[in-house]
Amino acid sequence: MTGLPPKIVREIEEYAERKKLSEQKRQKIMETARELYSKSLYDAEEPVGVVAAQSLSEPATQMTMRTYHFAGTAGIQVTLGLPRLLEIFDARKEPKTPTMTIRLEKDYQDIEKVRKIAEQIREVKAKDAILSTVVDLTDLFIRCRLNFEKLEELGIPREKAHKIIKLRNVETSLEGDELVVKPKNADLKTIHKFKYSVLESHIKGIKGISQVVVTKEGDEWIITTLGSNLAKVFAIEGVDYTRTVSNNIFEIYDVLGVEAARNAIMNQSKYTIEEQGLGIDIRYIMLLADLMTVDGEIKAIGRYGISGQKASVLVRASFEETKKHLVGASVRGEKDELRGTIENIMMNQVAPIGTGAFELVGRIPELAGQKASGEKKTKKKAGTASAAKKGKTKTKSESGKKAGENKK
Amino acid sequence: MNGKRTRKEVQKPREASVYLNGKLVARIKEPEKFVEAIRKKRRNNLISHEVNIAYFPEFEDVVINTVHGRARRPLVIVENGKSKFTQELKDKLASGKINWNYLIQQGIVEYLDAEEEENAYIALREEDITKDHTHVELDPVVILGISASLIPYMEYNRGDRINYGAKMVGQAIGIPMKNFLARTDTKYNAMVYPQLPLIQADISTIMDEYPGGQNIVIAVMCYDGYNMNDAIVLNKSSVDRGLFRSYYFRTYETVKKKYWGGQEDEIAIPEPGIRGHRGEDAYRELAEDGIINPETPVSSDSVLVGKTSPLRFLSGEDFATGIENKRETSMTVRYGESGIVDEVFITETTDAYQLLKIRIRDQRIPEIGDKLASRHGQKGIISLLVPQEDMPFTSDGVIPDLIFNPHAIPSRMTVGQLLELLAGKARALSGKDIDASAFNHMKEPEIRKLMKSLGFRDDGKQTLYDGRTGKKYEVMIFTGLSYYMKLDHMVADKIHARSRGPVTLLTRQPTEGRAKRGGLRLGEMEQQCLVGHGAALVLKERFDSDKTMIPICKKCGMMAIHDVVKNKSTCAHCKSTEVAWVETAYAFKLTLDEMMSMGVMTNLEVEEV
Repeated sequence: MTGLPPKIVREIEEYAERKKLSEQKRQKIMETARELYSKSLYDAEEPVGVVAAQSLSEPATQMTMRTYHFAGTAGIQVTLGLPRLLEIFDARKEPKTPTMTIRLEKDYQDIEKVRKIAEQIREVKAKDAILSTVVDLTDLFIRCRLNFEKLEELGIPREKAHKIIKLRNVETSLEGDELVVKPKNADLKTIHKFKYSVLESHIKGIKGISQVVVTKEGDEWIITTLGSNLAKVFAIEGVDYTRTVSNNIFEIYDVLGVEAARNAIMNQSKYTIEEQGLGIDIRYIMLLADLMTVDGEIKAIGRYGISGQKASVLVRASFEETKKHLVGASVRGEKDELRGTIENIMMNQVAPIGTGAFELVGRIPELAGQKASGEKKTKKKAGTASAAKKGKTKTKSESGKKAGENKK
Repeated sequence: MNGKRTRKEVQKPREASVYLNGKLVARIKEPEKFVEAIRKKRRNNLISHEVNIAYFPEFEDVVINTVHGRARRPLVIVENGKSKFTQELKDKLASGKINWNYLIQQGIVEYLDAEEEENAYIALREEDITKDHTHVELDPVVILGISASLIPYMEYNRGDRINYGAKMVGQAIGIPMKNFLARTDTKYNAMVYPQLPLIQADISTIMDEYPGGQNIVIAVMCYDGYNMNDAIVLNKSSVDRGLFRSYYFRTYETVKKKYWGGQEDEIAIPEPGIRGHRGEDAYRELAEDGIINPETPVSSDSVLVGKTSPLRFLSGEDFATGIENKRETSMTVRYGESGIVDEVFITETTDAYQLLKIRIRDQRIPEIGDKLASRHGQKGIISLLVPQEDMPFTSDGVIPDLIFNPHAIPSRMTVGQLLELLAGKARALSGKDIDASAFNHMKEPEIRKLMKSLGFRDDGKQTLYDGRTGKKYEVMIFTGLSYYMKLDHMVADKIHARSRGPVTLLTRQPTEGRAKRGGLRLGEMEQQCLVGHGAALVLKERFDSDKTMIPICKKCGMMAIHDVVKNKSTCAHCKSTEVAWVETAYAFKLTLDEMMSMGVMTNLEVEEV
């Protein structure tokens, strides 16, 4: 009998304590729970992967047909529905709309403090504080009219205004209300490009975070952002880094590691599916997330991920890029152990799944005697019941070369 | 818009290139005046009304077209905000004093092509005309095509339903052409008792000659579960009386060819012993001349014409053994079809070969699986034929021919169909003509008034009684008459199953398609279902349609050669005679062969079990 998971045991015990149940009753509940639990377990050799794939792809087809959009709601527009799901499972390095949900510590649950943190996070670029620019082509410098009100808001005093441009090899000075930016090695060709790098230069906040929205979730103030940079946000005082998340799975992987990335895959796909009004059992998603992260790194489902790295040559060739895999296998002299399902279906053998994973070995004396006589053709006889175990090797190709080898 | 110009154009003296049928012929000044003058001449009948002229100020082009192949459409000319087609002219046209040509000659109606249309500003209705308009539509209905304009109360339906409806009108079985009994088209259907619609859009008198359906009594209600999901319950007794009965005609053709060397096909009952001879029984129905007699019942693979052709190549061995140089090439009825020989035509082709055409006729009585549709994009499949004694009935004893499920209405919003039912009922009861043309027809309150005056409820509802129990239904049921079509999709043409049958030569897998007696493919997704259930043995059994035994060399793992005569297998690669027989799919064996042909050596490591 299988043991119950600690969580269920704990829950039953808590319940028993609360209701002040007798030891006998508690035992009985535990027994029933154990029975139900073992009934709901998968049997050995049951193809959970296929069931998980079907359970995920059926709602996914539904999603292609109807994707809900929120129009006009306050907050940030994030990719949702099938495109987002594909993003997760294809393990894209950068999501289309990276966002963070920042939660704060208890002492910072005050609108003013929240605003302050939000301001700290949002990236301010030079163009936000510059009203207009003039490029001087004769002396090769850029004259910018500054928005001092804005600078004051950002907490930059007038006298320090020329320090906002933090580019290398640049001289800045303040001439009245105007900021003069002069590159040290300027030339006529690049001055225009230089103007844009000045405008795009970073003044304050965290790089890459273009939008910050403060909303209230229940009693708690939360900050949602467009753009993601976990490492820097975690460093800000007041940010509860245990509850702050990003939707960029690779970033989570870099900052917090694979286990966190696995959880991120799970949470993100569950959220995306449920947001569409569809439901999938979490275990299927867990299986998928596990599969994507077993190696300690995030692998995509598909050609360059799991499907493209299968052990069997035949399976890879039957999926995509047939020629590539066949040529590669023949050059390397690969061997296909034929342990999977698809290989065996292709060869019309009993696949080692479900009922096909087991063999009955009988020790009946008469049969044993017969076996010795008809040994060579057992395969024909046993063809259906127990498949001939075969390994398959592919050796060096090119007929010319092969012919040469034969002669030797 | 016509006549409006940009600031830049006003400053410049206006010029334009003139293209006559695509060729540059002139450069002119004041193009607007030029175009106006030509149009005036055309309207005054000084030049042909088939000339179209258009001016494109933005390109400085004047395009004149006089050639054939342009789609043109008639429009009423508007001058100074007034239609030239006055009430006086309308009355004259109605009384037959003037005709269409008169309107064209008098410059009241003109035909525009696609290019000249660009210069026109067309009002949909006469009420909409402003002083900017240049033309007005003859009638708003012209926005529709022929099929769509036949839909009654068209504008009450949602747009997509009109599309579906118009498409299905084209699939209706009716009168395909008037001389269909004398024709030899490959296949066509004809309805036995076609009717004109009771409720009709007053559009075309030509379509009246080609009706495509019948008027039937409909009750909008559920009948147990038999009309769920667009299924249709039909009155069996109505079917027995000839409802939706049709004939299916198919013509088979064969040519008595002549070959090089004086050889030719022979049309006669094939002699036994000829290659491909089907056995005496197969030719029993043929007359002495080898051609089947009219009114003979035939079914799949029945021989219609006995024919033998000379073999193309005669190998020396055959010549020596004295096998007759002939091959059976009889014409047979297609797989899955049957009927009665309707007519036999014997003629000649233009090459003076004898040509035989045999038309088979098959009576098609509506059966479960046939497709019916109203004109509102509401199609359905017959799911049950109920004898009339079990059908619901009214207190007057009226029994519906068809039970239509009300669930088909809300999401599709085919309100026009409900109106047709009500109007159909009013029309059948009163005998009064009710027009249902799009945009301009008898309005709903008027139909309701008519129903009231006939002593019926104006909403079309009636008390119905269950034919099986005789009990009154607790709710009133909406009943009415509607025009229904039998569509050209009948189960008889589609039903198909296979247990054994032909396989393709290359892969030894079953053929595809009904015409080739093909198998029904268990696809990849279905395969994954079996995998998902862990049914490994079922999976193997399902996919072993092409299983074979192949000899594999135990030493090198290559495919060996088996000599059936000596009953001995040898490996061509390593000369070993140690061979294991392995069961696999033929398609896999083929894959191995193909890989080998590319120079990839494939070894199978074999183990004893």
